[in-house]
Amino acid sequence: MVTDTLTPTAESAIVESIRVAVPRRGLRHDLRAVSVVWRRELIRFRTDRLRAVTALVQPVLFLFILGTGLGSLAGRGMPPGLDFKTFIYPGVLAMSVLFTAIFSAGSIVWDREFGFLREILVAPVSRASIVIGKCLGGATIATFQGIIFLALAGFAHVPYNPVLLVTLVGELLLLSFTLTAFGVMLAARITQFQAFMAVTQMLVMPLFFLSGALYPLSGLPSWLTVLTRIDPLTYVVGPMRDAVFSHLNIAPVEQHLLAPGLDWAGWPVPQWLSLGIVAAMGMTMMAIAIAQFRKTE
Amino acid sequence: MSVRVSSRSGQLQAAPANGGDRPVIEVSGLAKRYGEVEAVRGIDLAVRAGETFGFLGPNGAGKTTTIKILCTLANATSGTATVAGYDTATQRDAVRRNIGLVFQDTTLDGYLTAEQNLRFHAELYGVPKDAVQPRMRQVLDMVGLWDRKDSLVSTYSGGMQRRLEIARGLLHAPHVLFLDEPTVGLDPQTRSSIWAYINELKGREDITIFLTTHYMDEAEHCDRIAIIDHGKIVAIDTPEALKASIGKDRVQIHTADDEAAIAALTGTFGIEAAVHEGAVTFSVDSGEQFVPRLFAELGVPIRSVSVSRPSLDDVFMSYTGKTIRDAEASGTDAMRQMARLRGRR
Repeated sequence: MVTDTLTPTAESAIVESIRVAVPRRGLRHDLRAVSVVWRRELIRFRTDRLRAVTALVQPVLFLFILGTGLGSLAGRGMPPGLDFKTFIYPGVLAMSVLFTAIFSAGSIVWDREFGFLREILVAPVSRASIVIGKCLGGATIATFQGIIFLALAGFAHVPYNPVLLVTLVGELLLLSFTLTAFGVMLAARITQFQAFMAVTQMLVMPLFFLSGALYPLSGLPSWLTVLTRIDPLTYVVGPMRDAVFSHLNIAPVEQHLLAPGLDWAGWPVPQWLSLGIVAAMGMTMMAIAIAQFRKTE
Repeated sequence: MSVRVSSRSGQLQAAPANGGDRPVIEVSGLAKRYGEVEAVRGIDLAVRAGETFGFLGPNGAGKTTTIKILCTLANATSGTATVAGYDTATQRDAVRRNIGLVFQDTTLDGYLTAEQNLRFHAELYGVPKDAVQPRMRQVLDMVGLWDRKDSLVSTYSGGMQRRLEIARGLLHAPHVLFLDEPTVGLDPQTRSSIWAYINELKGREDITIFLTTHYMDEAEHCDRIAIIDHGKIVAIDTPEALKASIGKDRVQIHTADDEAAIAALTGTFGIEAAVHEGAVTFSVDSGEQFVPRLFAELGVPIRSVSVSRPSLDDVFMSYTGKTIRDAEASGTDAMRQMARLRGRR
């Protein structure tokens, strides 16, 4: 390590300092700020490989341990030749982005006290561009995380069909964006890191269990039906399962039984509406987060 | 070398920092309250262009709160502040374009190189692309880190990180540089090296520096200082003028019986004395001539004696009635209270 020298470097005899005019804010400048926050998020993800590996542990456990174990029991209700792992794969895929997306927002709580966020808050950029950059950054790294898990699709007998893969990645991106926006909205209010972790830990599991990731959404008791329809995750897991099942070689009757599609009190929710709801939720939560960030101490 | 990067268009032109003699920083009646705690209670000051202005006071005196208001990170409860001619409450963006801020604790990204940190900063401030490289070289040379620009910041020592932060704060050529406790937590040698760089910077850049410190010896580097205690400014002047205003030498004695000594000083010489930092402390006009009389007439055995010319410590003591270290002890309580309040929100 280089020690601190006592004398400033003398060789740089620049008499006149370089003039820099900091421009007034405009759309282009704000877009650049979005890009700075977004790229920083990607660099952090790239340098933190351990995080990518540990984030993979939980979905792998669910798919292979829980999927195989429960499969011996639940498999009896499955059509012949269909693995229980295939059934839960779309839900577990959603889970693989759940933690990464929400916790990527957690760095806001940390950064606000100690780091980069404070430096960016004093820069001439809009608060909105910081929040948007953060949401897009979290969405991107969570989607990467999902793509890693998507590579394991073959183990759950999900075919590597290009159309299916593109559809799933698109849906993951949407889900990741909304979950990150949710995390950012929470992080804007919570100033202590431990509190943020506690709140998100408390919310993550119910989100997952109510999404229909592990069971079909038809024929449930009415109280559970209502709860599943409130969970935003449901509106992504449903379309993802539809996508997977439409690429399997099974009879339409069985497909209808396992992936019945979403309905509101008997009215079938079209897929575009389902995904539209998720997008609208994400935008709303991002707008709330921006409003929070605009407030000054 | 003289590189001038012209603006891309007319609208890029930064506003003049000081039209005529207008102060670069102007604060009047500024107050800030966090719930029950009055962090700043009505301060007035004016900092001229090119000045290095020091804000001196114990922890919890309101220094950081004042900087936060001046840098648009907090709203004042009452009063106004302008920086580079812009109002900190209503013209935040214009203020932000014209200031650089170095925080008390590091805000660098350890997993990025020094260059990456600076490039992100340049983008956030919209520094024109062709100006980034030469300006980066200039500020990194100034703090002696050009050779290390490709190293990860996490491999930097504490002093190097602070220097890099100063360089980053200067990158967009601000009119005013705010330094919040620039040397806190550094060893004495590194502290003096940071000051060497700051003094160097004053010679090179057309810049006004506003800094806070609770180190008395560092306040000596400033052109003018404001002494702040319990959220109020108790004195503003040059370090020399402040010391001259005290006029007296400071005498500290260790005695066998401090209480008797204090009583004897009052009784025999008519001098007010008190115990500070474990020694009986008082001020007299000319210390050297007073000491022989002291030994002859005090009547209490004296173990040791020290005489010192007025320092900023004495200035602080004469305006606040305590040494800065005494004030520090009580100030910490106020800080804790504030931290609790913030956490609760």
